[in-house]
Amino acid sequence: MQEASAPQAQQGHHGPPEGFIRKYVFSLDHKVIGKQYYALALVAVFIGMILSWLMRYHLIYPNGKIFGLEFLSKVGAPGGVMTPEYYLSLMTMHGTLMVFFVLTNAPFAAFGNYFLPIQIGAEDMAFPRFNMMSFWVTFVAFLVLMTAFFIPDGPPISGWTAYAPLSAVGPDAGPGQGWGQNLWGISIALFCVGSLLGSLNFIATTLDLRAKGMTLMRMPLSTWAWFITACISLLAFAVLLPACLLLVLDRMAGTSFFIPAGLVVSDRLQAHAGGSPLLWQHLFWFFGHPEVYIAILPAMGIVSHILVNSIRRPLLSAKVIIYSMMSIGFLSYMVWGHHMFVSGMNPFSSLMFSFPTLTITIPATVMTLIWLGSLYGARIRFTSASLFALGFISMFVSGGVSGFFLAQPSIDIYLHATYFVVGHFHMVMGVAAIFAVFAGTYFWFPKMTGRMMSEGLGKVHFWITFVGTYCIFMPFHYLGLAGNVRRYSSFVDDFLLPLMPVHRFITIAALITGAAQFIFLYNLIYSRFRGKVAPVNPWEATSLEWTIPSPPPWNNFGDRHPIVYHDPHQYGVKGSLGDYVMQDSPEKIENES
Amino acid sequence: MGKFFAVVLTIIALVSAVPIVRHTWWMPPDISTHGHAIDEQLTDTMAEAGFSFLAAQLLLAFFVWKFSERKDSGPIKSLPGGAKGLVIAALILVGTEMLALGVLGQKAWASVYFTPASPNALHVQAQAGQFAFYFRYPGADGKFGGLHPDKIDEGNQNYFGLDPANEVEARDDIVTGELAIPANREVLLLMHSKDVGHSFYVPELRMQQDFVPGLDLSVHFTATKVGRYEIVCTQLCGLGHYNMKAYLNVMAQDDFEKWLKQKASEQ
Amino acid sequence: MKVNHILMSGIAVLAAAAMAVAAPGSGTVSGKVTYEGTPAKQKPIDMSKEPSCAKEHATPITTEGVVTGAGNTLENVVVYISAGAPDGATAPAQAVTVTQKGCQYVPHLVALQVNQELKIVNEDQTSHNIHPLAKSNREWNKSQPPGSPAISEKFDKEEFIAVKCNIHPWMHSTFAVLKTSHYSVTANGGAFTLPNLPPGKYTISAWHESYGTQTQDVTITGSETKSISFVFKAKAY
Repeated sequence: MQEASAPQAQQGHHGPPEGFIRKYVFSLDHKVIGKQYYALALVAVFIGMILSWLMRYHLIYPNGKIFGLEFLSKVGAPGGVMTPEYYLSLMTMHGTLMVFFVLTNAPFAAFGNYFLPIQIGAEDMAFPRFNMMSFWVTFVAFLVLMTAFFIPDGPPISGWTAYAPLSAVGPDAGPGQGWGQNLWGISIALFCVGSLLGSLNFIATTLDLRAKGMTLMRMPLSTWAWFITACISLLAFAVLLPACLLLVLDRMAGTSFFIPAGLVVSDRLQAHAGGSPLLWQHLFWFFGHPEVYIAILPAMGIVSHILVNSIRRPLLSAKVIIYSMMSIGFLSYMVWGHHMFVSGMNPFSSLMFSFPTLTITIPATVMTLIWLGSLYGARIRFTSASLFALGFISMFVSGGVSGFFLAQPSIDIYLHATYFVVGHFHMVMGVAAIFAVFAGTYFWFPKMTGRMMSEGLGKVHFWITFVGTYCIFMPFHYLGLAGNVRRYSSFVDDFLLPLMPVHRFITIAALITGAAQFIFLYNLIYSRFRGKVAPVNPWEATSLEWTIPSPPPWNNFGDRHPIVYHDPHQYGVKGSLGDYVMQDSPEKIENES
Repeated sequence: MGKFFAVVLTIIALVSAVPIVRHTWWMPPDISTHGHAIDEQLTDTMAEAGFSFLAAQLLLAFFVWKFSERKDSGPIKSLPGGAKGLVIAALILVGTEMLALGVLGQKAWASVYFTPASPNALHVQAQAGQFAFYFRYPGADGKFGGLHPDKIDEGNQNYFGLDPANEVEARDDIVTGELAIPANREVLLLMHSKDVGHSFYVPELRMQQDFVPGLDLSVHFTATKVGRYEIVCTQLCGLGHYNMKAYLNVMAQDDFEKWLKQKASEQ
Repeated sequence: MKVNHILMSGIAVLAAAAMAVAAPGSGTVSGKVTYEGTPAKQKPIDMSKEPSCAKEHATPITTEGVVTGAGNTLENVVVYISAGAPDGATAPAQAVTVTQKGCQYVPHLVALQVNQELKIVNEDQTSHNIHPLAKSNREWNKSQPPGSPAISEKFDKEEFIAVKCNIHPWMHSTFAVLKTSHYSVTANGGAFTLPNLPPGKYTISAWHESYGTQTQDVTITGSETKSISFVFKAKAY
């Protein structure tokens, strides 16, 4: 039973914020910082979504004019017709925005910053100044990235994975590989710094600032997920940061980390020698694989947290969920080579990477079975939040089973770089993780703003999104099985032409589902100002965030120092008033595990 | 709401399975000697993945239907066996399944990567460069001329940077834009990249391998069916990536020899 | 007598002024460009990777590095005044057009003046990408999908610019950007002519994409036609 030191001993603590700048701009308050991350993710996700509309439209009308596109880029879309390189630029920015600024920001930095300290009973994060810096560095990274849209040569075209030598040789490699790629490298390097600062905070806070009685095992599953994610994140971003710097050096300082000798690009012999393109891939994926678990683990934690509340009973075993998340985190560092099965690395290595990759299925399956098994005999309440949480389970299964194929090198010979892979990662990251963000939003909005979101609009949003994302991404797997190669700006090969009807279906589904997200945006903004006033605990939930006012005061618990008596899973408890017992309630519970 | 969720999810799960079961969009017929092992592996995995997918989705639908909160909801029950049972089941079932897939799957992988090319395989060099594939046959002397990047002159069809003025071996090299090979004869494809990363992919051949600048890579395979297939680039290489392809022409031995003679005369 | 004198000087001044301003000369330099030796074989271009272009050619076209004609004549030689030409040749308002058709640049070589508008048109069903590998001029690289408008560009320095299409590696061309307005590109038959030359001493250069540059000096005194010839040494490879 680990007890934390009393919160009065907290270092670097700040007083109540004064003045507009301190309150809303350069705030030390983890709640403001969490909201700032959320707002940044919201802007990024809408930009990323619009980019995906442009991409999907171009795929079915490659020579079609898109009204207004020539104002965004005269060279990229002359007369409104998207050039092949501009498609790749939009694709690169789509991936970069979504993976970094949405999926790492929203479930982890936004909700984690806001709720981790509250859920463990702390007044703020351990290092509020580092915390503020982490957001603003991330914000500057975003601005640097977006600048790429407005420079003459445009955004980079090498994808969010930026493989060398395409990304490393400079402008000879093609339009978009001029300053756009440099800006990308600098932006991501800055993002790494922001993430590292944030992760340090999460870890120190979780270990040192828990309230009295808040043992590690009594922390909510969302807090566990944020904590484990922060641990993974520390090592992963610490590798991406130097990788990006080396890439920028190759481009600007004439080094050759990733460029071998003798390359003739655009009729010019490149003045480099001795580098290895595979080195970039190893460095990138050593970060890149844990990164996708950085995206999904907080989502699993948020969904578990909301599910327990929505089904009015504890999960079959919270401990198993915690240990499964830990093993996923640990295994995530052993599998990066599965992105490189046919990359030219030693084929024996490919086999070695496939075994831990297949092994990750075990904790993922365990978690899915625990969620499913917990539904048995439960009493499920359907709210927008719980619908998205249940939808997450469905999406996680769909996205996860395609992993069985991709984990095997022999099958990957056929499926690598096809739409099968694109379908797989969109389902787990682009849908499942986003569902968790939606669930978290609908669940925690009342606490963050003091107002309720419209449940009616939320349910409409859910149904269109649930059916719509299946319509978009399930067909990606069929395309992949037919051999449809990815990252093509249009389909001109003989064997791809019969697949056009599938692409048209997907584009229509994408446009409709995308449009439905404006219902969510409207709901968010309208409810912020006109929503019904929210009570302190609208969902009858047990964790500490529901013991404080909506919205919480600057120091969360006011002058109280909460004392914790139970874990957050005390639902359906016999003999309690109502069917739940809050974590800080001194009420004794029989047979408490 | 619970019932609606269950119905919608069931429909989605069943509808999703239909194109898989009916092979509506599927792999093209295999034309290689090693491909059947890959196809079997994929079919086995599809059975397991398909079962897991349907079981999980239908179970989710069923539980959501049955256990919605109602006014007459009975006491909360727990799944028999609890977490322990599930963990053991997962470890054993999933563990064995994954081990089986991993262990069995390596046979297909080994047949491609751990078996050396046969000594009388046809040697062809493939060069990938933004944005086309070119192929080189060694000609009558059986030797390839050297590659000189500074001599590359694409406007005059010298894609490989050959130096026939100074190198005898280069004079009879045959450079083509199509990869023609005889059926039922093993081919050793020596892969060289001129500029950035590319990849060689022929779905029918069940073969995919990246070109890595600076690395001498090769693949070997035997095609069994005469026909014309597309080789497409699958490693993002720049703006023309979508239009980077060449044709693989699998021919009868006689036709191949005629073709090679014709190409030699055009050099 | 005095009136006559004034009149004559007046006319002389006017005549001199007229010659200095208008000065379209009437001298001509003309001739033929030929080669000696055996040129390298022009190879058929394999367009199989682009079926939409391959089908536009009943028989495959050949490379155009060396295009010859009857009597050992050479096509696509740019003959121009490289020194001695009167300064300040303003760019003509008329644009020069190059068309991408059947995955070929038509014409194979484009000669134009500094700051003259170059129009690039795509008549194929596939995207093309125009990349002039300029060293003194600004280097640019633009894609042109089918259906997009013509590209309009200018070059402000004299340079022989190698041009390639990134998407179709066999497509190569040259933009010969010249300061002078006195130039002639040899066609079938290898003939060139540089008319309207005022009297002066000129250096005439002949540039060929595979065989390099040759120069000759020519002096024009009045309205005569000077005949010169250039002979390039062919290379077997």
